Amino acid sequence: MSWETVIGLEVHMQLATKTKIFSGSSTEFGQEPNTQANAIDLAMPGTLPVLNEEALRYAIMFGLAIDAEINPLSAFERKNYFYPDLPKGYQTTQLAEPIVGPGKIEIELADGSSKTIRIHHAHLEEDAGKSLHEDFADQSGIDLNRAGTPLLEIVTEPDMRSPEEAVVFAKKLHSIVTSVGVTDGEMSQGSMRFDVNVSVRKKGEEKLGTRTETKNLNSFRFIEEAIKQEVNRQIDVIEDGGKIIQETRLYDGDTKTARAMRSKEEANDYRYFPCPDLLPVVVDKETIEQIRATLPELPNAKKQRFIDTYALSSYDAGVLTAERALADYYEGVAKFSGEPKLAANWVMGEVVSFLNKSNLSITTFANERMRAKDLAAIIERITDNTISGKQAKDLFLAYLEEQDDIDVIIEKRGLKQVSDTGAIEKIVADIVDANPEQVEQYRAADEGKRKKLLGFFVGQIMKASKGQANPGVVNEILLKKLES
Amino acid sequence: MPDSLSNTPLHQLTIAELLDGLTQKHFSSEELTQHYLARIDRLDSNYNSYITVTAERALEAARAADNARTENKAGQLAGIPIAHKDIFCTNGVRTSCASKMLDNFVPPYDAHIVTKFAQAGAVCLGKTNMDEFAMGSSNETSFYGAVKNPWSTDCVPGGSSGGSAAAIAAQLCVAATGTDTGGSIRQPAALCGLTGLKPTYGRVSRYGMIAFASSLDQGGPMTRTAHDAALLLNVMAGFDERDSTSAQNAVPDYTATLNNSLEGLRIGLPKEYFGEGLSPEIEKAVQAAIKEFEKLGATVKEISLPNTELAVPCYYVIAPAEASANLSRFDGVRYGYRCENPKDLFDLYTRTRAEGFGDEVKRRILIGTYALSAGYYDAYYRKAQQVRRLIKQDFVDAFKEVDVIAGPTTPNPAFKLGAISDPVTMYLEDIYTIAVNLAGLPALSIPAGFMQNKPVGLQLIGNYFAEAQLLNIGHQYQTVTDWHKHTAPNIE
Repeated sequence: MSWETVIGLEVHMQLATKTKIFSGSSTEFGQEPNTQANAIDLAMPGTLPVLNEEALRYAIMFGLAIDAEINPLSAFERKNYFYPDLPKGYQTTQLAEPIVGPGKIEIELADGSSKTIRIHHAHLEEDAGKSLHEDFADQSGIDLNRAGTPLLEIVTEPDMRSPEEAVVFAKKLHSIVTSVGVTDGEMSQGSMRFDVNVSVRKKGEEKLGTRTETKNLNSFRFIEEAIKQEVNRQIDVIEDGGKIIQETRLYDGDTKTARAMRSKEEANDYRYFPCPDLLPVVVDKETIEQIRATLPELPNAKKQRFIDTYALSSYDAGVLTAERALADYYEGVAKFSGEPKLAANWVMGEVVSFLNKSNLSITTFANERMRAKDLAAIIERITDNTISGKQAKDLFLAYLEEQDDIDVIIEKRGLKQVSDTGAIEKIVADIVDANPEQVEQYRAADEGKRKKLLGFFVGQIMKASKGQANPGVVNEILLKKLES
Repeated sequence: MPDSLSNTPLHQLTIAELLDGLTQKHFSSEELTQHYLARIDRLDSNYNSYITVTAERALEAARAADNARTENKAGQLAGIPIAHKDIFCTNGVRTSCASKMLDNFVPPYDAHIVTKFAQAGAVCLGKTNMDEFAMGSSNETSFYGAVKNPWSTDCVPGGSSGGSAAAIAAQLCVAATGTDTGGSIRQPAALCGLTGLKPTYGRVSRYGMIAFASSLDQGGPMTRTAHDAALLLNVMAGFDERDSTSAQNAVPDYTATLNNSLEGLRIGLPKEYFGEGLSPEIEKAVQAAIKEFEKLGATVKEISLPNTELAVPCYYVIAPAEASANLSRFDGVRYGYRCENPKDLFDLYTRTRAEGFGDEVKRRILIGTYALSAGYYDAYYRKAQQVRRLIKQDFVDAFKEVDVIAGPTTPNPAFKLGAISDPVTMYLEDIYTIAVNLAGLPALSIPAGFMQNKPVGLQLIGNYFAEAQLLNIGHQYQTVTDWHKHTAPNIE
């Protein structure tokens, strides 16, 4: 039987504010437990929330970036439940009147076609703290540093039809929100957490199947794996004559297993009601336009500009604009070097593979390891024939180690390319003389075979020159020599 | 201070008189404070009006006020001994809200108004008793025991600000702060023969005031006279960026208009406030007061507030609903009471809350939780919000015809301790005060006579931010009457 998968996402995105959504505590990640929780975060009696204007601004920026309606009047509600890391005994969130109304995000599928994923709404809310069950024998510790961190919860329509689509969407969303700068997007620190709603139905059927929700996935790989696994599980259950139970599930990325957390029947009655401590949020048209004017260039527009300005392929432009910091870095290298194509190859090649290997962010790389200016200088040494492409790769690694002046490194490591014709002529003559057999073969060979033999000679010559000979000059002299 | 008062005991003087005496150096704040502390020490066992007395801090503040006065740097209330209801957080001083739940709670911060009074140089003698979490109309729900009415110690002082009221009536402080969610300033003021003002919602910051029902709670002054209430409100009122519901409206000098004429003042008497359930003698006292206003140049007309009878049921959905969420933070995790040896999380929650809260608090949490539950929300909470809008509209319409609305503060005078055990009967004691909170309006209760030797209160309800007008009317009444000057019998 043929099945169709239906997927919707709920994304909890941490906004990049310096302070919490309702208090002045810092939101900095990775601090000592409970050092970033003040009386308000601890829900001490008599304390009151005040909305962080920056969080509201970021929510509006996100809404504008996805062409959504910004609700002129939104309101906060209390979602009541008891949990030790929820200090007030309720979460302050939005329900009936969220700040961001319906919007949409275009994604590009693997076959080159594009698809619109509708956003149902996005609402502001506060994060809870963390319960630490490992550190204390027979007790749980509570860390409230994260309590009150501003979140924007983004809810999609069930518009995705495969795990791959869901991941493409998640990556596109990540690209948009980091480009706009409303979140740092650090998934490993929990800055974006995905809940996936998954159901299956027979192909051609209109009615949606019963869905499950797998919560708190914090990597694109986990999203894909968790959906794949859940789709298979649901199909197995149905094909075995069973029924899907609406439930919340947890996926463990380490063991690659999922388990049910609670069913709908066990779900809380959250007793939502409007929060009387916060006034309704009124956003007028003028404010929206002011915020719109501050919106940075969005990934789609940037991609088109890269194609037009730097003559990049659609693919290259897509890769380079997926993350704002990467795009910024590329643009710096392209401008300083005046070589947009070479810059693209270097950023997508050496830089990205170094980031992956060393697990660094492009921002840290650009700030601490190699500024755009430095990479541009390396590229300039290729174009002015000081070094070869191969030497440039050595120089790239050498620079990362030494952080010294580029020309000093070139000098010190003897990376300078030899373009001196006399010196190269001598090496060429030596190699040709040492390999009479191959010279004979070359002269007798057809075009195709000649190319191969030419490669042999160039290899020998470069080896003899310790890689320093300018390949262009070598080619020229070698051809002359062989054909004479 | 006029010479005629120089032989009057310090505890019988009003704030206005004390400020004169302090300025003229007839006595120091330290002497005044010592005088009050000695009275508390000697007499409060009769009334149980204080939960905590902060003698050392008070004397320190008094000396600082005396120094400030010498250096001509005295604040508006420099050296005046007051008390704070134990619902206002005080940095370094236990703030219990009269609950076992917070018996050990010492806040690391001051409520906004506590800071304001300290900046004005007022001396805080201590924290006054109250109904637990301000839930009650008799001050019998306190973890620290019932408060007794100085006018008749077998009677209640009213609630929830009963400790503040009893302390002033027994002359154990000259003034005190209170909070009013459904009448908790006005009703005890009426029952203890005092002046009590519930300001417009948002006029006084709620920061650091432990929440009962956030959309209704409002702090305000409790004093002997309208003039003193104006002096306190000058310090308390004003915008506070830490309270999102705090009003930005400019704060006038409330003493500046106390002597304005009442000529042409239009007073409305809601016919619904003079119906069944009102003691005839209280009605008589109120009518007599109205006559005085007519003599002062006011005109009187009957008006209607047609949704009055819905106020109590509406309130007893909204207030408990908000309270049920506001009190969720008392879970034994971070501060306050925690049960002994919890065996798991559920046990920690249930026993902490079962042991830490009193019956009335539990009753209201249950009512509120029920009213917000799936399947009941529309019938209770949503319906109550609709009714609330109707009640507010009643007042908006009335204020198109009149400047101020007058009536009784309570249907009955102070009742005997333990006399009312049925919660609904108790709730109906607030029938005239509750609608004001639902509408967010300001209202003043002033002494207007006696019934069976117990004080009777007159309530004046003003339009939004009309506190100055209410105090003006109250002050004018107090210049032609002396009900506010009567002191409880057997007061030393």
